[in-house]
Amino acid sequence: MIEKADQIFVILAHWLVSFLPAWLQQPAMVLLGVVAIIVTFPALFAITVLLERKGLGRMQNRYGPNRVGPYGIFQPVADGLKSLTKEDIVPLSADAVVHFLAPVLLVVVVFMGYAVLPIGRNMTLVNMDAGLLFFFAIGASSELSVFMAGWSSRNKYSLLGAMRAVAQMISYEVPLLMSSVAVVMITGSLSLGKIVDAQNQYTYGLPHWYIFTPWGFAGFILFAVAATAETNRSPFDLPEGESELVAGYFTEYSGFKFALFFLGEYVGMLGISGLGTTLFLGGYSAPLQVLGFVPSWIWFFSKIMLSMCVFIWVRGTLPRLRQDQLMNFAWKFVLPLSLLNLIVAGIWRFMGDGWLRWVACSTILLLAYTVMARVGMKREHFGPRSYRYAE
Amino acid sequence: MSIVFYVIAALSVAGALAAVLLKNTVHCALALTVAFAGLALMFLELDAQFAGFAQILIYIGAVAILVVFAILLTRGSETPKDTVYSRNWIVGLVTAAAIFAMLGWAVLRSAPALPHESAAPSVTVMDIGNALMGRYVLPLEIVALLLTAALIGAVIVAMHEKESAK
Repeated sequence: MIEKADQIFVILAHWLVSFLPAWLQQPAMVLLGVVAIIVTFPALFAITVLLERKGLGRMQNRYGPNRVGPYGIFQPVADGLKSLTKEDIVPLSADAVVHFLAPVLLVVVVFMGYAVLPIGRNMTLVNMDAGLLFFFAIGASSELSVFMAGWSSRNKYSLLGAMRAVAQMISYEVPLLMSSVAVVMITGSLSLGKIVDAQNQYTYGLPHWYIFTPWGFAGFILFAVAATAETNRSPFDLPEGESELVAGYFTEYSGFKFALFFLGEYVGMLGISGLGTTLFLGGYSAPLQVLGFVPSWIWFFSKIMLSMCVFIWVRGTLPRLRQDQLMNFAWKFVLPLSLLNLIVAGIWRFMGDGWLRWVACSTILLLAYTVMARVGMKREHFGPRSYRYAE
Repeated sequence: MSIVFYVIAALSVAGALAAVLLKNTVHCALALTVAFAGLALMFLELDAQFAGFAQILIYIGAVAILVVFAILLTRGSETPKDTVYSRNWIVGLVTAAAIFAMLGWAVLRSAPALPHESAAPSVTVMDIGNALMGRYVLPLEIVALLLTAALIGAVIVAMHEKESAK
């Protein structure tokens, strides 16, 4: 029974496919997987948007959407219908072809990342040997679509937003990769399935998730910071800072193309949460051994929705960074720490079992964090506030 | 040679041709990206996963972005009024044809010299990692040193300019 609940989607897919002739079964399985991904994640996107609007409203002492349906829960449906029926405006001077291709490319690229994520036990669409590399390679292509959107609009706000976005995404991609490499070093594999398997073990009923090790904890924090910047989320949302750039690179988009950008952004966030879950939070494994009877996919989806809640919480809490702060933070703080974390992961690997490696690794990381934070603070010369204007 | 190969080849060649023939420089850069993507797909079709993904990660994720940035920062994105083609295109054509002929000749000549393998060799990412860290560790370190030196050099050049501007 437990096994059935865990594998319900796999069994369902096999049952559906069994009606087809033998030569069609393999392609049909793949098609079913693709359809499942394309249906599930936009549905989660709708839930997240509602959660975000309600949650932010709560944090800012207002109601949030409450007109459509009970407690406003049908707001995403209304939003979707609205964006479908709105006029699609393309600026006269815009580059029409590139302007059209940019949102399409973004959505395609963002959905492709899901192909390698292990959503549940036996629920990976393509179990690739180099799954992690695939995810990052595909993620790198989304920068190009951001640039295409900003450039083709022929609008200075769009172009500035795109330049900011691309600079930010390139800068934070390095720590994002570096913090994931530590996981690869310990596991010895780029396959996301194997990374989950390595964490899906228990001692005394407690899981072997990487976040419960010194290097894993530091890596997870660095990964989370870099992922927030990579998805242009607050407090790293300078590319679409509405007080400066209207809406950044998608200023000139309306109707369904705008909705596609919106969808791409949130689906990308869900994807990178899924990757972080897979790398550090044990993927689809249960947080306690006694909870192993709950289907694996429920754990995966709860973990990514939990990280979405953290994204929303952070957005409601922190103010936006300044451009120079953003760059300094990436290159002078996050990157050196993630490089150090690689070394610490190596030490952890070769020190063998025992409490000594816990002490050694934690000490190195804590010391480096404290010293770097102190030096950085000292260099900033915090004094009375002064204002500088753009030249 | 499957049908997939022909589709990918057509895509890459079309992208490369567009990169040369289009007038707007940014369009050219984007077309070049299509050619890069075609090459990456070609690697993947040949079961070279690592090479294919590295091609996407480096060429589409970094090189294309760098090219586009360079074009925008040097104000090259405005389409010139007159023709963009060089006047002595025939020289370029002859040079290109000569290089292509030489490469083609080398490839065709080297094919019989290689041992005939019945099946494609299966190279996993792990094999590549082992080779890089074992047999080829010295070249890898030299390349790493060179790249670090280049990085530091770039930073120094950029820093110097900033100070003199102030």
